Amino acid sequence: MSGKNNVLKEEYDVIVIGAGHAGCEAALAAARLGLETIMFTVSVDSIALMPCNPNIGGSSKGHLVRELDALGGEMGVNIDKTFIQSKMLNRSKGPAVHSLRAQADKQEYTRQMRITLENTDHLTIRQAEVSELIVENRVLKGVKTVSGAEYYGKAAVLATGVYLRARCIYGNVSNPTGPNGLQAATHLTDSLIKNGIKMYRFKTGTPARVDKRSIDFSKMEEQFGDEKIIPFSFMTDPKSIQREQVSCWLTYTNEETHKIIRDNLDRSPLFSGFIEGTGPRYCPSIEDKVVKFPDKNRHQVFIEPEGEYTNEMYLGGMSSSLPEDVQYDMYRTVPGLEKVNIVRNAYAIEYDCIDARQLYPTLEFREIEGLYSGGQFNGSSGYEEAAAQGLMAGINAARKVKGLEGIVLDRSQAYIGVLIDDLVTKESHEPYRMMTSRAEYRLLLRQDNADLRLTEIGNKIGLVGEEQYKSVLKKKEEIEKEIYRLEHTTVGGTEKVQAFLEKQNSSLLKNGITMAELIKRPELSYEILKEIDPGRPVLSDAVKEQVDINLKYEGYIKRQRSQVRQFKKLEGKKLPSDMDYYDIKGLRKEAMQKLDQLKPVNIGQASRISGVSPADISVLLVYLEQMREIRRS
Amino acid sequence: MNTANTIAAIATAMSSSGIGIVRISGEEALEILSRIFYPAKKDYNVMELKSHTVVYGHIYDGDTLIDEVLVLYMKRPHSYTAEDTVEIDCHGGVFVVKKVLEAVLKNGARPAEAGEFTKRAFLNGRIDLSQAEAVMELIDSKNEYAMKSSLKQLKGSVSEKISSLRERILYEIAFIESALDDPENIPLEGYGERLKEAVEAMEKEVDNLIQSADNGRMVSEGIKTVILGKPNAGKSSVLNLLIGEDRAIVTEIAGTTRDTLEEHMMLNGISLNIMDTAGIRNTEDIVEKIGVKRAMDNAEDADLILFVVDSSENLTEDDERIMQIIQDKHAIVLLNKSDLDPIISKEEMERKTGKQVISFSAKQEEGLDELSEAITDLFFSGNLDFNDEIYITSARQKNALVKASESLKQVNDSIKNHMSEDFYSIDLMDAYEALGTIIGEAVEDDLVNEIFSKFCMGK
Repeated sequence: MSGKNNVLKEEYDVIVIGAGHAGCEAALAAARLGLETIMFTVSVDSIALMPCNPNIGGSSKGHLVRELDALGGEMGVNIDKTFIQSKMLNRSKGPAVHSLRAQADKQEYTRQMRITLENTDHLTIRQAEVSELIVENRVLKGVKTVSGAEYYGKAAVLATGVYLRARCIYGNVSNPTGPNGLQAATHLTDSLIKNGIKMYRFKTGTPARVDKRSIDFSKMEEQFGDEKIIPFSFMTDPKSIQREQVSCWLTYTNEETHKIIRDNLDRSPLFSGFIEGTGPRYCPSIEDKVVKFPDKNRHQVFIEPEGEYTNEMYLGGMSSSLPEDVQYDMYRTVPGLEKVNIVRNAYAIEYDCIDARQLYPTLEFREIEGLYSGGQFNGSSGYEEAAAQGLMAGINAARKVKGLEGIVLDRSQAYIGVLIDDLVTKESHEPYRMMTSRAEYRLLLRQDNADLRLTEIGNKIGLVGEEQYKSVLKKKEEIEKEIYRLEHTTVGGTEKVQAFLEKQNSSLLKNGITMAELIKRPELSYEILKEIDPGRPVLSDAVKEQVDINLKYEGYIKRQRSQVRQFKKLEGKKLPSDMDYYDIKGLRKEAMQKLDQLKPVNIGQASRISGVSPADISVLLVYLEQMREIRRS
Repeated sequence: MNTANTIAAIATAMSSSGIGIVRISGEEALEILSRIFYPAKKDYNVMELKSHTVVYGHIYDGDTLIDEVLVLYMKRPHSYTAEDTVEIDCHGGVFVVKKVLEAVLKNGARPAEAGEFTKRAFLNGRIDLSQAEAVMELIDSKNEYAMKSSLKQLKGSVSEKISSLRERILYEIAFIESALDDPENIPLEGYGERLKEAVEAMEKEVDNLIQSADNGRMVSEGIKTVILGKPNAGKSSVLNLLIGEDRAIVTEIAGTTRDTLEEHMMLNGISLNIMDTAGIRNTEDIVEKIGVKRAMDNAEDADLILFVVDSSENLTEDDERIMQIIQDKHAIVLLNKSDLDPIISKEEMERKTGKQVISFSAKQEEGLDELSEAITDLFFSGNLDFNDEIYITSARQKNALVKASESLKQVNDSIKNHMSEDFYSIDLMDAYEALGTIIGEAVEDDLVNEIFSKFCMGK
């Protein structure tokens, strides 16, 4: 503390700005890796807040949570403690697209995360608005808060979510606040711009919350959770979380709803131009849906509980920024909502975020050493996307302080890798959401094998304990052994086998065949074949699942593996950050500009930049070789 | 996606000499050869060929004999690329060299990118460091050229068909993906049956394209020769005379040829791709206008222009315009209608255009020999550039079509086997990518855009 100016001064290793899903993961990772960490939030009561949908996971987002868990993140553990309904989506489809989704008790989710944070060593929580970065010679030194207090650190993670210069809008009402009326962060943007950071303005929105007692559920379809609950975290014992579940409900909009919306479009800030930010296409407001898809005569509305002990219900599918009176009118046209009472209005929210192409794949700013960022601040959307980035930013900030090399997952290792690579490589004009179709190797990046893919990395980083790591190694070994056994177990056309096959509507055997070959038949599976496989060892469900998937889809899996080998070759060719692309003859002009602007870390990333052609990549390869030769001689 | 690492291409300039070399480089070079090459001496095992020896034998595509050849095997690192390399020396002429290349591609090689042999030679340390820049520039210019020529040579109707196929494939992928992403909103029940029909129709179209590639109807191979002239100068008559059939409609009415006609012919062993065009004149007729615009575009790209002048009339503004166009081009002037009383003399035209002028009568079939000779001279004097990149381009395009067809078949198999929908999407994407390489379009963010523009999803 300095006596001279009476300004508070403190020193930490890692500073985390924001306590949402990204901030929590970043702070926990840094503190758990033994670094003195301080986490700032505008309100301690809003730690790990879920200001929009009341669920965690879903298509491809479930994959992110699984991966984050395998690496030692907290989100999976926390939702396992606080879910009130759980469902595996896409169960009837291929294993690559199975996705877990859980309804959360929002308050409980926040409370449990806060308990975890408060009981983590080396972690300080501080309620204050950070207003300024302290940067010297392009190196981060610390931050200042609005009170003038100075906090020095060796690395910082920006995880401001939707709070920077936030503005909540419905009708002609515009409140300069973050979600739920929470205080916005109004000062930091100026400091970021002063430090040369390029900002974007995005928007998103949320539907109304309504009073459960005013809903007529008899007009809706009840949506149950799965009978057998599967946990998110690989460390949660499935038996420990089986519970009574709370239902969601499904109803639909109709022509009347749409008419009210159309008649009032002139009062919508989205269409009047009052909102400047760019919204996401994948979760459009109900007005967007009605305008863009005029042929659809109804849209789904999911009524989801906000928690176990609250009457507030979330109207999934009907986010809006129409005026309050129109909101009432349109909601009340929906079957079951005729007498609905709104607790909180629907609204749109605008906020400042960055063009994430200013970041290295470690999530460190190229132009400011030691400054990292994650979450919606990076132009993504969703709790899960935020948490995944927060974890990686926290890990890499910690490693920076320790003088270790950053951890980057590539596109063949994890959805997290796809997410971050897309964010830092591709131009995006809307909040980025994860989708399974963005993962080119999705058959390998399944939610069921996230532990097999990533636990080892989590262990090396230091966030996953020995015990967990060893159990994964054991699982791996059991899978390999069982696959080997099945590939070397021949089945002959005995009477018993033929009878079994006939019963399964499977063609009879003419010659001997391995058990592995039989599993590949569409009508058979590992589980079904146990009848004619007496030598089978006792194995856990998780191991059986892996054996089945790996054999059944072997052809496709092999194909993707060979594609990955090609991919890895280019990822392995590093590009120095001080390359002068304008000096390389043979590159096209557009490629020179793009490469110079984005400074890709390897040839693989360069090849994914729009405007860089395969021929440019060939030229780069030749250039690299030339440089290597020069250095050698 | 074709990730094969053994590459192949025609290594010689494709000229009328009829000798061409197909070069294969990469780990599997010998193995690929062994699948198609049968040495004349029965006791030769192809896999045990000695390095740097020449073997005589035959190339087969399946059961079909393609050509008798000499084969030279060079074991790594003692070859240009420093990889295992096989060169197949073909004797049967331009068409056969292409067939041999196709057989090689079918059996596991991938068509070489422009400049790729040189690139590999460099990356494997075969080329001196000082040449690196030259290599980079070569890659650059070759690719530019390959891309331009492949698009230029692709007939408009073909590229339209491919674009339409891609659109339809993308729509299906987007539908599947939106259903996977938002399963509670977009159901896939009964989709397999619908997709099966769509895929079978697309498969047929792709197979038709493969056939037309076989018949050389997909790309215009040869010297791009464009016939220009004002309306009713007799362009169509000249074309008919050259190809010996009444392909173009010949009438007395000016402006009859409103579109561009295209014919392929061999002239003294030189491959010509001749285009008859709409007569060039200022016109208000919209259809004709488009024809004229097309004629001008074609002239722009032409290797050779045949300028047909009606010698029985005075030169018009339209003739002057054409003379402007041909100024910097290889062109031969045909003073047509020499059977009528000529008003314009040969000398006058020579002076005005600086090009060779031939007195011609399409009606009485006069001047044809002189024209053949003129074209042959231009070609063998090296003044006419022959675009040999076209052959490798067309092989590449066919290869991509075959890949697309295979991927679509795979989708069909998956539907039959009741695989889940996410697998259809993988093979559809492969087909989409393969077709994209033909018209030079990469995938980028097509899919995500399609999903959001066509399907209403998300809460």
